[in-house]
Amino acid sequence: MKARSAVGLLAAGAALAGAIVFVRTKSAVEREHVDVYFGDGSMVSLESGSSDGDRLLPLARRALAAARG
Amino acid sequence: MVACPRMDAAQALADLTEISAQIEAAVLADHDGSVVASTLADDGAAKSFAEAAAELLAAADDVRAEPGSEPLVQVEGASLDGSVFVARDDRHLVAAVTKPRPTVGLVFYDLKTCLRMLEREEEAKAAKATKTATRRRTMKKETEEAESESS
Repeated sequence: MKARSAVGLLAAGAALAGAIVFVRTKSAVEREHVDVYFGDGSMVSLESGSSDGDRLLPLARRALAAARG
Repeated sequence: MVACPRMDAAQALADLTEISAQIEAAVLADHDGSVVASTLADDGAAKSFAEAAAELLAAADDVRAEPGSEPLVQVEGASLDGSVFVARDDRHLVAAVTKPRPTVGLVFYDLKTCLRMLEREEEAKAAKATKTATRRRTMKKETEEAESESS
């Protein structure tokens, strides 16, 4: 009986951990950002909340809106 | 024959939208945002899009402003509604919009291919125009020489 409870708890814990990882990964992928690429192949990723990100994201949104009318 | 960069640009954009299913709309412009060609039917929208893309590039240039730093070549702005891509070469910029979560590398590859195609076509037309002008000059000189010999 105790063994069964332990397995059940473990399964529930694993499912919870999986759900957390899934949600975190999905939110990271969908986060708004601006990626700036340079001539040497390097790239700077600027997310909303950073000063450069907050400066560039509205411009990106404006370009998107202009193209879609 | 006079080179017609606008026709070259329109062809380059047509090829771009044909090869890239992810791209919804695209515009080719000079670095100051003057539209060269666009897939948008509305000229006003094309102008606004090109200007916004040029402004995004200019603003992104300030991210690494130290002297001697590598030049900026391309930018992707990703919002929840979609992404905007801007790539540039020495003369032009090309901007495109896609749906959310595009294949970033592929879109940039297609934009750079578009810029390369335009550059090649312009070079070919310029070379042809130079060749024609040289031939005309040679013919004119030969005619003048023949006329002076006969008189």
